[in-house]
Amino acid sequence: MMGRTIFIDPGRCIGCQACVSACRECDSHRGKSMIHLDYTDEGVSVASLPTVCMHCEDPVAPCAEVCPADAILVTADGVVQEADATRCIGCANCVNACPFGVPKIDLQAKLQLKCNLCYDRTAYGLAPMCATVCPTGALFYGTVEELQAERPGVQVADTFVFGESEVRTGVAMVVPAERVQWPVPGGLPVVEINGKDVRR
Amino acid sequence: MTADPRAADRRAVVPLDPAIAPPGSQGFRDAGGIPADKWHADQHGETLVPTHCCFCGVQCGMYLRVDRHGKVFGVEPRNHDINRMRLCPKGIHAYQQVNHPDRLTAPLMRRSRDEELREVSWDEALDFTVSEIRRIQRDHGRDAFGVLGGASLFSEKTYLVGKFARVALKTRHVDYNGRLCMVSAAGANKLAFNIDRAGNPFSDILLTDCLLLAGANVGECFPVLTQYVWGARDRGATLIVVDPRETAVARTADIHVALKSGTDSAFFNAVLNVVIEEGLTDEAYLAAHATGWEEVKATVAQYPPSRAAAICGIPAEQVVQVARAFARAPKAMAFHARGIEHHTQGVENCLSVINLCAATGHIGKPGAGYGTLTGQGNGQGGREHGQKADLLPGGRSILNEEHRRQICEIWGIEESELPTAGTSMMEMVWQMQRKEIRGLIGICNNPFVSLPNYAVVKEGYDTTEFHAQFDFFLSETAANAHVVFPVTVWAEDEGVMANAEARVVKHNKAQEPPLGVRTDTWVMCELARRLGAGDKFAFDRTRDVFDELRRASAGTIIDYSGITYERLEETGGISWPCPSTDHPGTPRLFEDGTTYHADGKIHLQVVEWHPPADPYDDDHPMTLTTGRTVAHFLSGNQTRRLGGLVEQTPRPWAEVHPSHGFRNGEPVRVVTRRGSEVFPALVTEAIRPDTVFIPYHWPVPTAANALTIDALDPRSKIPEYKVCACRIEHAGTVDEVPAPPVASGHVAYPETQVSRTDPLPPTAPQGRGTSERG
Repeated sequence: MMGRTIFIDPGRCIGCQACVSACRECDSHRGKSMIHLDYTDEGVSVASLPTVCMHCEDPVAPCAEVCPADAILVTADGVVQEADATRCIGCANCVNACPFGVPKIDLQAKLQLKCNLCYDRTAYGLAPMCATVCPTGALFYGTVEELQAERPGVQVADTFVFGESEVRTGVAMVVPAERVQWPVPGGLPVVEINGKDVRR
Repeated sequence: MTADPRAADRRAVVPLDPAIAPPGSQGFRDAGGIPADKWHADQHGETLVPTHCCFCGVQCGMYLRVDRHGKVFGVEPRNHDINRMRLCPKGIHAYQQVNHPDRLTAPLMRRSRDEELREVSWDEALDFTVSEIRRIQRDHGRDAFGVLGGASLFSEKTYLVGKFARVALKTRHVDYNGRLCMVSAAGANKLAFNIDRAGNPFSDILLTDCLLLAGANVGECFPVLTQYVWGARDRGATLIVVDPRETAVARTADIHVALKSGTDSAFFNAVLNVVIEEGLTDEAYLAAHATGWEEVKATVAQYPPSRAAAICGIPAEQVVQVARAFARAPKAMAFHARGIEHHTQGVENCLSVINLCAATGHIGKPGAGYGTLTGQGNGQGGREHGQKADLLPGGRSILNEEHRRQICEIWGIEESELPTAGTSMMEMVWQMQRKEIRGLIGICNNPFVSLPNYAVVKEGYDTTEFHAQFDFFLSETAANAHVVFPVTVWAEDEGVMANAEARVVKHNKAQEPPLGVRTDTWVMCELARRLGAGDKFAFDRTRDVFDELRRASAGTIIDYSGITYERLEETGGISWPCPSTDHPGTPRLFEDGTTYHADGKIHLQVVEWHPPADPYDDDHPMTLTTGRTVAHFLSGNQTRRLGGLVEQTPRPWAEVHPSHGFRNGEPVRVVTRRGSEVFPALVTEAIRPDTVFIPYHWPVPTAANALTIDALDPRSKIPEYKVCACRIEHAGTVDEVPAPPVASGHVAYPETQVSRTDPLPPTAPQGRGTSERG
């Protein structure tokens, strides 16, 4: 489990796309953004939220799991790296496997591209570029304790259920406090809802 | 809707962020970013120059990345007090202007509008300009030549614009594009407090218990401020948003009052009515610190919630909810922006908000007060030192004999030589139409996009015999000029700006200007020299102008005399008034209860609501309102050339409610009494059914301002951009966005051309959404 990670808070997102611009400007993929900005209820509301790579960890990131070339490496601190350019064959298996729709394929270069949590910045103790600039804090980089110190009572989830599949992620999502309470990165206790362990 | 019941608990446990403090009150923090000797510098010989964003009135701190050859090539977030590393998309892309291929690098000139603009030498351009100034002033009088400045300029340069007009040209006709921005708030603040600035620093937002945002689309126009808004919300503050659209911030508000455009003062009068009815006024405060309360009270008695509900098109209960939330809060703040200021009663709208703050005693305390959010980077500073038609440096009145004498002494001229007050920006255009003004110098503004009623503006400019324009890109206005002077961008000079808090911040020079480009300071001084006033303009550098500006402001309310470049670099910003070099500045006004009126009181003003200037009828039953989108800035001359921002929002749209039967993306013709244009429809429930919204950053034939009305507030002379009568119709095809003009021989920058021609609507009001959209 990553100590410091990104927390996404859709309640704060204003759809400004500063994260998209910042991702384009950071040195990891200079000129290309690895972030999607999605509008969740078009025509009804201005609600929006950014989708970054969720850095899945359980059992291993689906993109890495299906990579036939073993090009996607997961570092010891939980960062799912982008495909190794010397190994990637551009087969797009990772694109199909990712439940969040994150990796992209540069068709000309036959190369996968995706967020690597700004490894060049985080290695120096800096936050990823998107979370650094996010004007609203919809993208927050830090530990869950730091997040909760700044925003008391905030609840986060790191487990997502797709049909019968469950994916546990390194990046977490802020959820409404009175709604489902999922476990959080860093090992806060599992919370029951209506007497049922929500993780089962 | 009520506040979160857990609010009280949250308030009890949330510590305030010690990193955010009013400037001068605590140690300034600028410890973030990447030190220049770390990884980048080691690899590329890179340096980081601390400066601020060139765009809006928040003035976020940023580092410009400069390579070993001295060229700006990127941006790095900076942990400045104001923004704490945060940047919006405009701030992230701002650096791309500096070495943009569209930059003008040689003066352009033509002797008549029948010719093409061609590159000429500086001497030729300056000589022609001077000879035209002399000819027009000789034949038609000094006032036949005018100057229009800009609020994106450093304060030193805005000071120089006013001095250049009055001392070198000796004309009374000088004004600036801040006239289109927040002069209504300025007028209201002067009337009520006799000081023209916000009452509180941004950091006070974190301390408040109730935040009222009136006509302020914070999410798109001042995105970095949302961290303060969310910070207040985290502590349990009630958020009230008054806006006809459900903006990103309105979406999260406890109370969103979606009133009809042009009815703000009726609403605020009614809120005050309820406050009085429910005994929530702070009578002790009013008795001690205000005049005019009885008259205001008598007037608002005529505005019961039921009347406001009928005028504003909202439920009457919302009036009561807002009144209770604002008046009962231990500390409440009100911020407003163009939404209530761009009206023929813009000043009155702001006064009605001030009346509410004063009546509830929410003035002059940490977490309690008012503010206006300035749209332009130097919207505040640009009006302080004599660029405005009726003002001299330090906010002195040009009609006041004592003030005139003081400035004439500093400028070394006879009082008889100093012209009297001029007219406002829109009025100058009308005078151009009437040939009362025959020559014009425009400095870093783009009225062809930014002024209302384009047909009138075009006719006015076309009627001028001579028009020169300063700019670093060929704006739509510059493309119509006889002479275009290529000047520096913000990163190529040093100078100060005052942000929306009246905090003066220093911008630093990050690179040398390209060959052929000169600073605005140099051009104005050189023109003055050639006009025979060189001794009054012996400034080698912008820094020298600042020293004179400090002297010229000494002793006034807008006192900069204690502010030095060195202090600004040490402190990260100082709020005026700052009368001495050991004075910490004044982040918060009226802490002792006294205003800047001679009697020290707030002069409350009676406000009566009246309808907008453009009447509704069967042909024009709906309301057209205009505003910004997050990816673009003002007339778009800068941001419509930056690839990432063009991709994000390549074109304008017409935002309409689903009840009109349009499909998303369907061409919709918007018709007003000034003209009609066709936009793709953005169909959304986030707008009132009787209202249409168009963002205004584009030129004709996709210009919102070809449709808006040039009616002005009688006091502030601000145009009524935010409301005019219109109708909408089905249409065949949407109007295509024209490419930004470039100098002849240059090719339009390809990065900005692809998505620009896209006829599709945006995904959501904030912009296009992901580029992956199918």
